[in-house]
Amino acid sequence: MVMRYMLKALGPKTTVSVPACCWAVMPGVFPLKCLDVPMLYTAFEVTGASISGLRAAYDKQGKEDINVVGFAGDGGTADIGIQALSGMVERGPNVFYIMYDNEAYMNTGIQRSSATPVGAWTTTTPVGSRLDWKRRPKKNMMDIMVAHKIPYAATASIAYPEDFIKKLKKAQAIKGPKFFHVYAPCPTGWRLAPDKTVEISRMATDACVFPLYEVENGVYKINRKPAKKISFMDYMAMQGRFRHLPASVVEEIQKGIDREWEILLKREAFTQGL
Amino acid sequence: MVKKVITGNYSAAYGAKVARADVIAAYPITPQTQIVEKLASMVAEGELDATFINVESEHSAMTACISASQAGARSFTATSSHGLLLMHEMLIWAAGARTPVVMANINRANGPPWSVWADQGDSIAQRDTGWMQFYCESNQEVLDTMIQAYKIGEARDVMLPAMVVMDAFILSHTSEPVDIPDQEMVDGFLPKFDPEYRVAPETQPYGFGSLVMPDWYMEFRYKIAEAMDLTRERIRKVDKEFEETFGRSYGGLIEFYKCEDADAVLLLAGTVASTAKEVADEMRKKGKKVGVARLRSFRPFPYEEVRKLAAAVPAIGILDKSFTFGYGGAFACEVQGALYHCRDKPAIKNYIAGIGGRDLTPEVLEKIFNDALNLRKGKHAEIEWVGVRGLGGL
Amino acid sequence: MMAKYVTYKDLPLTPITTVGSEANKTGGWRTFRPKIDHSKCIKCYICWKFCPDVSIRIGKDELPEVDFDHCKGCGICANECPKKCIEMILEE
Repeated sequence: MVMRYMLKALGPKTTVSVPACCWAVMPGVFPLKCLDVPMLYTAFEVTGASISGLRAAYDKQGKEDINVVGFAGDGGTADIGIQALSGMVERGPNVFYIMYDNEAYMNTGIQRSSATPVGAWTTTTPVGSRLDWKRRPKKNMMDIMVAHKIPYAATASIAYPEDFIKKLKKAQAIKGPKFFHVYAPCPTGWRLAPDKTVEISRMATDACVFPLYEVENGVYKINRKPAKKISFMDYMAMQGRFRHLPASVVEEIQKGIDREWEILLKREAFTQGL
Repeated sequence: MVKKVITGNYSAAYGAKVARADVIAAYPITPQTQIVEKLASMVAEGELDATFINVESEHSAMTACISASQAGARSFTATSSHGLLLMHEMLIWAAGARTPVVMANINRANGPPWSVWADQGDSIAQRDTGWMQFYCESNQEVLDTMIQAYKIGEARDVMLPAMVVMDAFILSHTSEPVDIPDQEMVDGFLPKFDPEYRVAPETQPYGFGSLVMPDWYMEFRYKIAEAMDLTRERIRKVDKEFEETFGRSYGGLIEFYKCEDADAVLLLAGTVASTAKEVADEMRKKGKKVGVARLRSFRPFPYEEVRKLAAAVPAIGILDKSFTFGYGGAFACEVQGALYHCRDKPAIKNYIAGIGGRDLTPEVLEKIFNDALNLRKGKHAEIEWVGVRGLGGL
Repeated sequence: MMAKYVTYKDLPLTPITTVGSEANKTGGWRTFRPKIDHSKCIKCYICWKFCPDVSIRIGKDELPEVDFDHCKGCGICANECPKKCIEMILEE
């Protein structure tokens, strides 16, 4: 869905670089392809470097109008791919980087990533009798990108395609690297009924677990403030990956979410007009 | 044509310049840093019309070169030792993706222990990657081979990457007189990079590098093997064409020096060949008939030339500046492998020498030559490490 | 799909994929299939928007139609339809 909305926004003059991830398998086996734009398959950790090379080649050929997009999962972005991403953003080429976040290494069978949220079950944080669910908080890629002084970074969600498309089009007019952190649930990995995929995405934003916001040259703007904020308890109800959490932990997680939301609101306030 | 007295590093930079590299992505590492610096300065001065990407690691350098090449740009990088080792995954990717990237590799020892000095362990460790490997004896050869490497690699039926290898400090930092060919002459010799497949939305909206099931993967790998086999003839051909255009030849895949009537030949690669040739001349004055076979191309492995040599000489000493633990020196093992199915089997001994930059002086080489001359006399060790304190022997 | 490739010589030099994956009919993966009641449909196209497989097309009379060759039966369309005119039925 992320790929579909992204290409809708950016159009056919686009090349997408995809590392080893769910999306490398999505098109199918040779000789099948599923996009009407070129898709470059690369090694796992290289997306930032790959799009740097593509941009350099296209610019040298005078083709500055080709959109170059790096499209990687949370593993290939926040973990093994973070070096290449950081190097790329620091250099500042005119490219898009889309991180579709299903909150674990889903392609290889639901192993934890740094983007896995606190409390989640994965095969490498398998709870068990020692209660080894993921303890450390989700790595905040948006903060990391903003720390690089990136011209534009935004979160987006599959539940709000119009918002995603609008942000992409806005980003297209900006020169330099543009980063998108897109919420993309995995029913299998989250132990979620597949038909609830879009609904859970809405709930994530309403629970302030995944706020929709953009940062343009350090200025924060929250795109959607939930009219009625729902609790983490409500959010986790449909997801088997949180089923094991005792009430005390749920309370701690709720406090964490509330704190992050407060910080985000304050950031929006104090960066106004900067 | 301009004659300059320049280091091996600068020769590599000038090679990339006259070959009109479009995209250069490189990360500094001793002793390659001057290549990167010189190229950055050429671009900044407007002497070289290329995009220079200041990548954050060698792995990313190779990646950027690969994707740029897949988009149709001629790309170049340079590295050494640990940088090359870090790139290993992407070296295999470059060959599998059939991108004719050219890279200058400064042969430097691998750590630990840390060492910055010359040895071939880094490039030898990449022999399975599918890259062509050219070992150079002089700075002129470095520059010339870079031009040749693009020509050979970019042919549509080859499309394979190549590394142009030179010894750390002995070439990289030593100045020699080098002819920098005229840009027009190079343009006439080396056409623009024009790959059949390129990642381009308007013309080729395809998937590049997808998943292949077991029932077709072997065919793709076979295609690489077939292309690499083609390169033997291409290397010889391009060496001849280069001589016709620029007046310099390097002997194709192996350069033979006074081997025709030799009683013993040392087979080796890199700058040690220069010293060996001098020692051979001195020894011949004293009546000892020795020769030098300088391995210029290690990949593709020059079977035919090796077999011809085996038919002509009674003893070959093979000097490896690297060692495959649990096995032997790479050159020796491959030469012996090439000769297994051959009728002619000269006496062969593997000399492991010069590792970690241990100096290969004329005295040491003379000892090795003398040892090689005696190989036919009776039983001898198959492998000998030269100069290791406490081992005895050479 | 692999029909045009018979020997290694027919292959491109690296796996370059050129055949559109519509050729790969994955409808057989379904357990449930969506049934759209067009009489209740208000043509909001929310089902079309959210189909992860691009398997709902706008067809006759501008009504949404399911492409059963590719629909995987995830049920998002049924869950999101504001008029609840899509029902997920067990495949025979």
